[in-house]
Amino acid sequence: MRAWQGRDVISILDFTRDELEQLFAAAEEMEEKLSRGKPPRLLEGRIVALAFFEPSTRTRLSFEAAVKRLGGETIGFSGEEATSLAKGENLADTIRMLDSYADLIVMRHRYEGAALYAAEIAEHPLINAGDGRQHHPTQAMLDLYTVRKLFGTVDGLVYGVLGDLRYGRAASSFILSLTLYRPSKVYLISPRLLRVRPEVRMVLEESGVRFVETESLEEVLPELDVLYVTRIQRERFPDPQEYEKVRGSYRVTLDLLERLAKPDLKVLHPLPRVDEIDYRVDGSRYAAYFLQARLGVPVRMALVSLVLGVWP
Amino acid sequence: MSGRQLLVERIRDGTVIDHIPAGRALIVLRILGITGREGLRVAVVMNVESRKLGRKDIVKIENRHLSPEEVNKIALVAPTATINIVRGYEVVEKRKVELPETLENVLRCTNPTCITRKPREPVKPRFRLVSRRPVRLQCIYCGSIIDERDVLEQLVSGSG
Repeated sequence: MRAWQGRDVISILDFTRDELEQLFAAAEEMEEKLSRGKPPRLLEGRIVALAFFEPSTRTRLSFEAAVKRLGGETIGFSGEEATSLAKGENLADTIRMLDSYADLIVMRHRYEGAALYAAEIAEHPLINAGDGRQHHPTQAMLDLYTVRKLFGTVDGLVYGVLGDLRYGRAASSFILSLTLYRPSKVYLISPRLLRVRPEVRMVLEESGVRFVETESLEEVLPELDVLYVTRIQRERFPDPQEYEKVRGSYRVTLDLLERLAKPDLKVLHPLPRVDEIDYRVDGSRYAAYFLQARLGVPVRMALVSLVLGVWP
Repeated sequence: MSGRQLLVERIRDGTVIDHIPAGRALIVLRILGITGREGLRVAVVMNVESRKLGRKDIVKIENRHLSPEEVNKIALVAPTATINIVRGYEVVEKRKVELPETLENVLRCTNPTCITRKPREPVKPRFRLVSRRPVRLQCIYCGSIIDERDVLEQLVSGSG
């Protein structure tokens, strides 16, 4: 097992299962300390740079909350600001600047590979908070943590990952993260156009995880323990009619769940959602996405503490 | 090449690239930037019998030696090739081409939103070898996989 201190977090595949278990153990303690209203001030005197070249609400705010709960400070920018900040400056120079101001950089960028490139430049550790359609490792970490909390394990369950599996980084990272465990089966549910990318399929094939690509949610729903829903964006479809058709058939409603799902099925979603999950599902036994969003804070508290070497 | 031999003069000093898959000799020349206007003596033999390959191409170039980068590029389009270095009419060295595990600065990533395609970033495209035959490479940065067709397209059009 490699030490966490000083490590970059680029892809969920950079980590072993044992290392993730170490993270989750730390997250559990953070959760417990948060619930008692006494998070440890482990990051006092530390500065974390939040470099969101692409706008973000949830991920950015949960990192910010995580750092502040631990007594640290944040500097940074988001979306529009980033554009004016850059004013023709390249990414390499922006990263060098942030690297000289902060102890850790958390970065989101719309280019795939931007995080790895930035990590090669920065001397301080760098956490990828999303690089284009490619990776979103911290989302996968909190997704696994949520499943583990709900079921006591990640192994042995039947998963369905629904939506845009081609361009969605949360879906891709979640699928990749399952290859570190032993799921019973993984259904990849999407329109043909939005199936997983070849490099993700390659990892799945090499891992030996049983996976099935399908277009039909209804057909596989009765088997699922976990349904991971992601949004399908209109702009992915050349034909608007096709989009309308797809959107309708992948909509998760309470009626559908009551009719076909196991009573213990849990629905996850990286959020934000638009209308892919009906609001009536929110108050049902199936909904786990708000819990999932809440767990983002203790998981990121644990991650930042481990990477900065202040935990345990 | 016994029996029905195609006669090509031996070269005194230079490089003989043998065992090129049939039909790819001109691509190899393109990769080396040889147009014929350089004044080098070049022999191209195409579609001749080969015990190993069935049919093969051969390229002989006088007074020209290959850089390691050129050898890597040839390995991409002609993984079976052997490179003979000739001095004073004798083959002084015989090498098989071999694709390295990582390939830097030879190919461009085909993904337009890969960080290596972003203007004004000092980042060299790097690929990891996924499979030798057929050639498949993965961009270290964006994860995209490129195959032989992409490789040929780039090397032949000279944009690699």
